[in-house]
Amino acid sequence: MAHETTHAHRTSMGLDSRKMAFWAFIGSECLLFGSLISTYLIYKGRSLTGPYPHEILNIPFTSFSTFDLLMSSLAMVLALAAVQRGDMKQGKIWLLVTALLGLVFLGGQFWEFSHFLHEGLGLTTNLFGSTFYVLTGTHGAHVTVGVIWLLTLWVQALRGKLGPANAMTVEITGLYWHFVDVVWIVIFTVVYLIQ
Amino acid sequence: MSEHASTATYLRIAAILVMITLIEVGVFYVPTFQTTLVPILLVLSAVKFALVVMFYMHLKFDNRFFAVLFGGPLLLGMAVVISLLFIFYGAVRLRTGT
Repeated sequence: MAHETTHAHRTSMGLDSRKMAFWAFIGSECLLFGSLISTYLIYKGRSLTGPYPHEILNIPFTSFSTFDLLMSSLAMVLALAAVQRGDMKQGKIWLLVTALLGLVFLGGQFWEFSHFLHEGLGLTTNLFGSTFYVLTGTHGAHVTVGVIWLLTLWVQALRGKLGPANAMTVEITGLYWHFVDVVWIVIFTVVYLIQ
Repeated sequence: MSEHASTATYLRIAAILVMITLIEVGVFYVPTFQTTLVPILLVLSAVKFALVVMFYMHLKFDNRFFAVLFGGPLLLGMAVVISLLFIFYGAVRLRTGT
């Protein structure tokens, strides 16, 4: 909103309260993903029946998904920089690019899950299936929320309701999106590369 | 609002992130690195993680209190992962006597 100012939500420390709350939320998300990664690692190599990770994981395909998510993070910082300097034309473009790259990632995950199900790996097939789907599925749910959030911001920008005055909204969206990216950086290494 | 990096810096960071990802995938396929694969991949992953957090999430330029809000739970989460692995594999060793 045009009347929203950067001084509207200051804490006694002089920090933006929304940003502070969001960093605390991201901290709590670290614990959520920490517990899911722990569960995956504890049950790693303990499946009694196949398919096993080395038989089914597709590294070249997932490398592309990782590249896609890294590029979406770049698009997100470029969107924020554009909104902060008042270049809403660029801001709209980069917000849409970020959301589209997020959709590409989700499409890839949908294809991967479908392929795995076709290969006989379901949620209850073995310990690998259970821990893999819960970990990557939770991450995918976060990406889905991020894409919806980005598209909402893009529509707001199209309607002229997003500008430099509320760049903090874009910055907080960016924090969420980059967090989703760093979680994937860890998942890509722990699940896909360290088999 | 805090000071952020320039567009050129964002592009440089993106290039570094892509290069590290390529190195990770390359290392995965080279048989020579199989014995040291895990530490190499963990270090590379940590570098990527730190670059995104410091430059894209602006933690390098922002108020240090945000780093505490993020870093505290992150360290706690890592401690949980390491502790659970020790407890679980310790219990397995005790049970199997290996």
